[in-house]
Amino acid sequence: MARFNLRDKGAEIWEGWNRPKRVAFAVFAIAVATVLPYANKFTLTSFLQTPITSFQAVLVYPVGMFILMALGLNIVVGKSGLLDLGYVAFFAIGAYTEAVIGSHTHLNTWEIMPIGMGFSMLAGVLLGLPALRLRGDYLAIITLGFGEIVRILAINTPSIGGPNGVANIPNPPNFFGIQFDLLHQDHFFWIVIVLILLVVWMVRRLTVRRPGRAWEAIRQDEDVAILMGVPILRYKIWSFSIGAAVGGAAGVIFASQQLFIAPQSFDYNVSVLILSCVVFGGIGNIWGVILGASILSYLPERIRFISNAREFVFGVVLVLTMNLRSDGLLPRKKREHLSESEKQALKETRAALKAEKKAARTGA
Amino acid sequence: MNFSVLISQFFPLLINGLALGFIYVLVSVGYTMVYGVLRLINFANSEIFMLGTFATYLVSTRIFKFDQNSHPAHGGKLFLIIICCLVASMLTSGVVAMFVELIAYRRLRTKGASRLGSLISAIGTSIALSEGVRILTHSIPVRAPRVLNKFNVFEIHGVGLRIDQLLTILAGLIFFFAVDRFVNKTRLGAAIRAVSMSEENSRLMGINLNRVITLTFLIGGLVTGAAAFMYDTTYEQTAYYAGFNIGIAAFTAAVLGGIGNLRGAFYGGMALGLAEQFFSAAFGAQWKEIIVFLVLVLILLLRPNGLFGEAVQQTRV
Repeated sequence: MARFNLRDKGAEIWEGWNRPKRVAFAVFAIAVATVLPYANKFTLTSFLQTPITSFQAVLVYPVGMFILMALGLNIVVGKSGLLDLGYVAFFAIGAYTEAVIGSHTHLNTWEIMPIGMGFSMLAGVLLGLPALRLRGDYLAIITLGFGEIVRILAINTPSIGGPNGVANIPNPPNFFGIQFDLLHQDHFFWIVIVLILLVVWMVRRLTVRRPGRAWEAIRQDEDVAILMGVPILRYKIWSFSIGAAVGGAAGVIFASQQLFIAPQSFDYNVSVLILSCVVFGGIGNIWGVILGASILSYLPERIRFISNAREFVFGVVLVLTMNLRSDGLLPRKKREHLSESEKQALKETRAALKAEKKAARTGA
Repeated sequence: MNFSVLISQFFPLLINGLALGFIYVLVSVGYTMVYGVLRLINFANSEIFMLGTFATYLVSTRIFKFDQNSHPAHGGKLFLIIICCLVASMLTSGVVAMFVELIAYRRLRTKGASRLGSLISAIGTSIALSEGVRILTHSIPVRAPRVLNKFNVFEIHGVGLRIDQLLTILAGLIFFFAVDRFVNKTRLGAAIRAVSMSEENSRLMGINLNRVITLTFLIGGLVTGAAAFMYDTTYEQTAYYAGFNIGIAAFTAAVLGGIGNLRGAFYGGMALGLAEQFFSAAFGAQWKEIIVFLVLVLILLLRPNGLFGEAVQQTRV
């Protein structure tokens, strides 16, 4: 019996649609996301209201930011199979770029955004050049160390505020009359939506083109990828730095929305939280990642008793997801297009393998 | 930067470095043993260590009713307390390690999941354990009471060797050589070595894979627990995050000596303990973690098999 797979079911429906239908659906989805900040005002959807922080602020951070960062991390972990445990470092670099440049010069958020992304990418390349030559688990611990280093550097550098962080970060300037300040969190959410859409578009484009195929090859089997002539270090660094740039962009928006940042917002736990969003939703599948990140970032804000135990719950979620449903909520699409006879052959091979394994387990 | 300290404080730094080094040695044995058989980093080892430190704390405060104001113990009672705390730490860490193997690795291994999957579930276990303890302790570090009166065992020209440092060094040596003997001389040790050489072949030779892997985690956990006891005695405090930095440092030590290589872990731990003490005396203690990290990156770049890499193939665990 074929296991029901929501992702494949969705893809089937989507592929059955013609262009106008797809456009209509996309417009509808974006429209729903746009009015989401006001969902707590309607009686029908008022159950979404969050008890502690205002609903609109929750939508920006953590929900929107986590979706954005999870999408960025998904490029690294999901697409090319590189476990990055220091993703928060890029977020921190973006946030500090905005904080320091924004409060010392007259550049505004929009002008700092490319600078922040550039610094994050640079950090990604500098870290990636040595680290990406190494095997998976070494990469994990090096990136973990890197995340900590960035935080420790921020704490020990008095010129960027040391442990006190940076205050008085300017808000973004008005944009065609749309204000960005404390009272207009909904507008920040719109920026995040635009960024999310851009990232989704970018990832979808990259996936079907050369980099996406190279990442897929690297993820499935590095040795084979090398043999097939994929310059793996170059594509790994691309994946790393593109992921870093997304994290940096999220950081820039985060700093300009929070107005105040401190090193303790960028600790190891954040990296693990984002990783759990990716794993829980479905490694490698953008819709799964968006779903996973929305659930995992929203629920602790909605249900009070989780908010203190948030990291604990996320750790348990990681273990349970890997053990029970290792592909996550919405697994990535299986791209094999097999004929009936090939499917039959595959089935038989799998059954034989299973029997062999069972025999080895019991018989040995 | 203050290099004159290195000369004037040479012997105290040396002794501190050795004591710290032996803690690293024992924790990195935990990493290196598991790596040897599974080829995976046990990310939860730092939490296995952390829970061990809490076991010592709980035994000394709850069972022996020590608190911040009580006087250090003497004679037979001191001996009894030390033994009880040590055994409690070792057992806690050993049992937790077996438990970690069961929930984070075994199911995924039998399913034949990817390395990424096992790493992620190990990280999940690690964060769940440390956060569980954080919630139980209300995020507050605990100060362990002083059970052992810290006097200098001997003193030359004002440079003393404190009793806890002597204890750490002695216990480190004893436990390390016990593990080394066990792995290299006993039948079960031979099974562990066989699994680390080839999983498939050792199964064909009739080795019960699951039991050997559990045993490996148990030994790694027991030794890590001994390190946790020594950490508590030396620093007299612990917290839910106590394992984090020690974990990274011990892992670095394991890589430094060539991960999967038991004797490499010994030299790696010593070298890192000494390096950390001397560097942080010269550059300031706030850069300690960065120094450890730089050592790790440099080693992985220049000698990925560790300083004793050439012997790795023969002496894997």
